[in-house]
Amino acid sequence: MSTPIVSVDDAHVRFGTARAVDGASLEVHAGEVLALVGESGSGKTTLIRAIQGLQPLSQGSIRFGDSADSGSGRRRARRDVQMIFQDPTGALNPRQTIYEIVAEGLRIRRDRGDEAAKVADALSRAGLRPPERFSPLYPHEVSGGQRQRVVIAGAMVMEPMLLLADEPVASLDASIRGEILALMRSLVDEHGLSIIAVTHDLGLAWNIADRIAVMYLGRIVEIGDAEEVLAAPKHPYTRALLSVVPEIEGMEQQILHGETPDPRRIPPGCRFHPRCPLVASGEAERLGILARCTGDDPVLVNGVACHAPRSM
Amino acid sequence: MSGAPLLHIDDLWVRYRTATREIPAVQGVSFDLYRGGSIGLAGESGCGKSTLANAILRLLPKETEVDGRIELEGEDVLAMKPGRLRAVRWTSASIVFQGALHALNPVQRISKQIAEPMLLHRTETSKGAAIRRVRDLLEKVGLPGDRADSYPHQLSGGQRQRVLIAMALACDPHLLIADEPTTALDVMVQAQVLTLLADLRREHGLSMLFITHDLSVLTDVCDELLVMYAGRVVEEGPAHELFRSARHPYTRALAAAFPTIGDPSSRMRPSGLPGDPPDPAHLPDGCAFHPRCALAIDACRIDRPELRVAAPGRRAACVLVEEPVR
Repeated sequence: MSTPIVSVDDAHVRFGTARAVDGASLEVHAGEVLALVGESGSGKTTLIRAIQGLQPLSQGSIRFGDSADSGSGRRRARRDVQMIFQDPTGALNPRQTIYEIVAEGLRIRRDRGDEAAKVADALSRAGLRPPERFSPLYPHEVSGGQRQRVVIAGAMVMEPMLLLADEPVASLDASIRGEILALMRSLVDEHGLSIIAVTHDLGLAWNIADRIAVMYLGRIVEIGDAEEVLAAPKHPYTRALLSVVPEIEGMEQQILHGETPDPRRIPPGCRFHPRCPLVASGEAERLGILARCTGDDPVLVNGVACHAPRSM
Repeated sequence: MSGAPLLHIDDLWVRYRTATREIPAVQGVSFDLYRGGSIGLAGESGCGKSTLANAILRLLPKETEVDGRIELEGEDVLAMKPGRLRAVRWTSASIVFQGALHALNPVQRISKQIAEPMLLHRTETSKGAAIRRVRDLLEKVGLPGDRADSYPHQLSGGQRQRVLIAMALACDPHLLIADEPTTALDVMVQAQVLTLLADLRREHGLSMLFITHDLSVLTDVCDELLVMYAGRVVEEGPAHELFRSARHPYTRALAAAFPTIGDPSSRMRPSGLPGDPPDPAHLPDGCAFHPRCALAIDACRIDRPELRVAAPGRRAACVLVEEPVR
């Protein structure tokens, strides 16, 4: 495989006593979509904020390409990484035209190139064609799907290598969802962009992701090829997440009880063991690994952090 | 199914009026919901599904015009006097909204908020009995009884959504209307809430009208589905059949938006539907869906198709749907 464009190594982010990101490691390669999946409170948004440079690490490193994790490396990174959020309507200034919204990043960066040409190019890459028709419009004059395209154009105008998308379709209507996902995939296929898509929606991963990273309480517990992870999940947490997707039939639902885990109180041993179906069903005991589940923190080996990974 | 329906809706029209225009949000919707049954109402924002839900309990603004017939347990809802209407809300039918944070009073303990409708409707006569019942209800929805003393901000999103469900069950209604009850929730919490609703239905014979834009969720919890577009029902039928083999092109687009994991035809091929739903005040002529429909023919621009039989127990409003051969 080529040199990764981003390598996150043992990243930690603390907020007071909360260990929001607690030893997460992952890599993103050029021209791929990585879906970062997990429940609320798993630390996935904090992790991509750290990649964007909005959140300092208390330990570990984030490197871009082969540059060092230094001040100048981080500054370069901020240029090469762009982020988009859930709600396009909230992200757009209602008093600015689409042209001004898309040009804003260039102006802040004091870009000396041909602004009009760059904006037009970003708009057409985001599927707002012909760009001159959309440039003078205000956000309320376009449809919901087109608004999310404007947000994407505002990111693309900066010519990023990596796009961080935080729940890019969660607030969109069902019909718009596919349209935006198709656009994201085409940016990767046609323009060589890489994307980390943060989501709790495994259907999104099936639709556009090359690889999936599953995050639980600040750490990646399973990572791998999207089709393999979805067809044969190795970690019991991934299996549980997959089992509650409504339209998957023939898979027994494993509803995890208890509330979303609390990063201020990460359990000792395997952080998943208090909710783990293998522990609850007695299977861990039968396998003779219960003491390790409650005592040893498993590390990521062959893409899974579990004392009893299922191999299929 | 036999006997009279619990909820009978016949040719319901709802029109919002503003100073300058009239917006027909619901246009001639009819359906029956029987005791113990569960109907899912699907569609995009603005299709009229929430308006329809609110119309059933007459929760719409005063100046809204509602025509047609709504019968709840045989009684004409639109003809009810205010006192009777108040009695019917909560005891006969209740509603759970999305966004539990906004529906709860932030400065009142949970117990007081759940007990309020019981005392108001005198389903419990003493405060002590009401508090005991609150604890029972909380346990029924999977929350420890001692959470009754909490304030809303002390609970997580999933817990608050359960509190709203507990509240809706306070007066033992026969019909629960749930408007996007899980949309704001995480996948695992969504699964917990859906299981809870299914259990309540099985154990208490509760009937449900379930509203969301996520067709896959509806397929999981409902027997029958109604798909709405621009104020009208465009397809109806048994939930699983409808999800698996939609007849109306709109339903097909909606179903395809949520891929089946493992299905090779949707791998790396997200499927959407370009464009926005039409402005209800300016609907296109003919079939309201034709400007977004890849299959539209000339006739679609002129005639609005009525619901027609597409298969036994199934109807769809599309000219391309052929009546089954007998």
